[in-house]
Amino acid sequence: MKNTLQRVFHSGKFVIGFCIFTFIVLLAIVYPLFVRAAPLGIIGQGTFFPPGIYVNVYDSIGTTPYTLKLDDAAAKRIASKLSEDDRTAMQEWLVAAGIPEGEIDVTDTKKLLTQWENNYDPKKNIPGMTFAKTRYYQRLNTSLEGILSTEGAIIAAKNPGTGTLEQRDAAQQTDYVNVREVPNVRLLLLGTDNFGRDVTTELVSAIGTSLLIGLVAGLIATTIGLVLGLAAGYIGGRVDDVIMFFTNLFTVIPTFVLLILISFSIGQEKRGPLVIAVVIGLTSWVWTARAVRAQVTSLRNRDHVSLSKLSGHPVALIIFADILPYIASYVMMALILQISTAILAEAALSILGLGPKTTTTATLGLMMQWALIYMAPSLGKWWAYFPVIVVIALISFSLNLMNTGLDQVYNPALRE
Amino acid sequence: MKGYAKYFGNKLVWFIITFIAAFLLNFFLPRMMPGDPVAAIVARMAQGQSNASGVQAIYKQYTELFGTNKPMLEQFFIYLKNVFHGDFGFSFSQYPRTVADVLRTSIWWTVCLQLPAIIVGFLIGNILGVLAAYLKGGYDKALMPLSIFVSGLPAFGMAIILLVIFGIILKWLPTSGGYGFDMIPNFSWAFIWSVIIHYQLPFWSIVLIAIGGWAIGMRSMSIYELNADYVKYSRFMGIKDSKIVRYVFRNAMLPQITGLALAIGTMVGGALVAEIIFSYPGLGTTLLSAIMGQDYPMISAATLIITIMVLIANFTLEILYGFIDPRIKAAQSD
Repeated sequence: MKNTLQRVFHSGKFVIGFCIFTFIVLLAIVYPLFVRAAPLGIIGQGTFFPPGIYVNVYDSIGTTPYTLKLDDAAAKRIASKLSEDDRTAMQEWLVAAGIPEGEIDVTDTKKLLTQWENNYDPKKNIPGMTFAKTRYYQRLNTSLEGILSTEGAIIAAKNPGTGTLEQRDAAQQTDYVNVREVPNVRLLLLGTDNFGRDVTTELVSAIGTSLLIGLVAGLIATTIGLVLGLAAGYIGGRVDDVIMFFTNLFTVIPTFVLLILISFSIGQEKRGPLVIAVVIGLTSWVWTARAVRAQVTSLRNRDHVSLSKLSGHPVALIIFADILPYIASYVMMALILQISTAILAEAALSILGLGPKTTTTATLGLMMQWALIYMAPSLGKWWAYFPVIVVIALISFSLNLMNTGLDQVYNPALRE
Repeated sequence: MKGYAKYFGNKLVWFIITFIAAFLLNFFLPRMMPGDPVAAIVARMAQGQSNASGVQAIYKQYTELFGTNKPMLEQFFIYLKNVFHGDFGFSFSQYPRTVADVLRTSIWWTVCLQLPAIIVGFLIGNILGVLAAYLKGGYDKALMPLSIFVSGLPAFGMAIILLVIFGIILKWLPTSGGYGFDMIPNFSWAFIWSVIIHYQLPFWSIVLIAIGGWAIGMRSMSIYELNADYVKYSRFMGIKDSKIVRYVFRNAMLPQITGLALAIGTMVGGALVAEIIFSYPGLGTTLLSAIMGQDYPMISAATLIITIMVLIANFTLEILYGFIDPRIKAAQSD
């Protein structure tokens, strides 16, 4: 046993795969210990907030400001409101309004803004310009107001007695708050999804559920496959014929179709993650059964098994002592493969709308489904779907890598 | 020739048996759904209608039409009749269209997308695999992890990645549909071009996924073959390496063809989900809308057609295999 483990952990591929997989499992276990928030709690009002650190505006006003004299602050402030595209658009308008192109310099913000202020007239009709474009210039013009001002902003609050606005505070352009002193700061590493749920927390919980689905489905499939394979291979005869009939039948009928039909017939209400796992497990034992049977058939007539039989050992002992050790490595590999297939199957089912019931749990497939329904890819909201694909790919990659590593250990012909 | 007849006969019997089993599963599984499907549809249609007797009338008419009030066995014979008529009965969600009417066009989109994609992926993957086994070294070291990674990726993942890169960021190719949304199918160059352009992303996402898996399998097969005696003998004979690689390729290819016959069902399933990502007008997208609309005659028919396509592909490959490798036929006819 120890020797086997040593050999397995000498395989580079296995070790890499094992490390990635362990990291993912640990993430799913450790993260919820630190972040106690409900994984499906809706925190954002609105859809798809981009990733970043969210600082409470109200609290930052109340925090004591620090004055920092930074040279590039003004330039950055202007740049955030006046992009390159806006500058070129302004140039276009000015040229269309009759200013010679040579006089306009888009890099000189001050000059550009004075030219704009002097010449722009929202009512002016430029021939050939679409209505949308006219409106864009009007919006741009409003956003430019006060962009060059060096005055601070006044913070006012309503006096509860008189109802008038009174100055509370003034924020200078050189004022800074230290994020650590603001009481309410929330890091949304991967933003929020279409419901306003924190994607990071949701993703970690989804990883946990999906791994569980994979494990349950894999164990069920491997157990059924192993039992049927052993029965068919060891007992042979009629039993073999019957089992092989069904095995051959389900090899050809696409598993995917069976999954769709069974999940559909269970109905939306009863489809929990575990039910889906059981369904996936019940439909994917075929390969294991075939392979186990083939190996057991060849083992059955080996000398050590015959000797065991002659010694009057019970069947259970023969199977456990003389047959299982020979196929254990194969069964292990089949289990790993089935876990990864089951996770992918859940994702595919969920995208089709046949995944677990949606409101109570997150799975990788359900996150994918929602991102697709809310058109995250075409809206450019990468954080809603890309991390999910990366996680699915990593899980499946690490499991496949472990499998290849094991294959090379147990299959001498493949060794380098 | 007698051996062949026996081999094909055997395969044909299996084909028919699996077909019947698939057909039965297809009929009974969706009908085991709890609750009354017609009630759900009527409830959806009658939303906002306050006239209770009107709703009752609609319900009655629909149960008559779809025959859901009859005993299961009778329903089965009605279904059988509908299938032989080739219309599969009425669709629930798109009534009064028949299921066959809805599916007729989408079948061809799926066949024309998946058949070439699976074959191209199979060929490219096998060529890369045999090269990896033969060249070894850096090429092998780079190709193997990449293949494992790609083959582990689900088809929809690859589809979304390609969609975002080539469709949204680079804007080279259209992102959805089978042809331009402003077009009506016809035989003009503009339309054919539009179909070709829309074909690229779904096609390559299926091909790229397939390549990885076949490359890995082919590499292991080829390593076995490269150690075989005939390869050593050929080397001693001074036969050119390029020729030896071709021998190895042909021999290692045989188990791969069986592999294709067995994997084709899974591949089609993955590709169907990829279709959904691109809203490709094939069976995958139709299946999605049928599931959303709880339209079980449609789900039944769509899955039946997918099963039949897979069974036919499988049967064809087995027959082909019998011709390519006479040993199989000999082993089976004993």
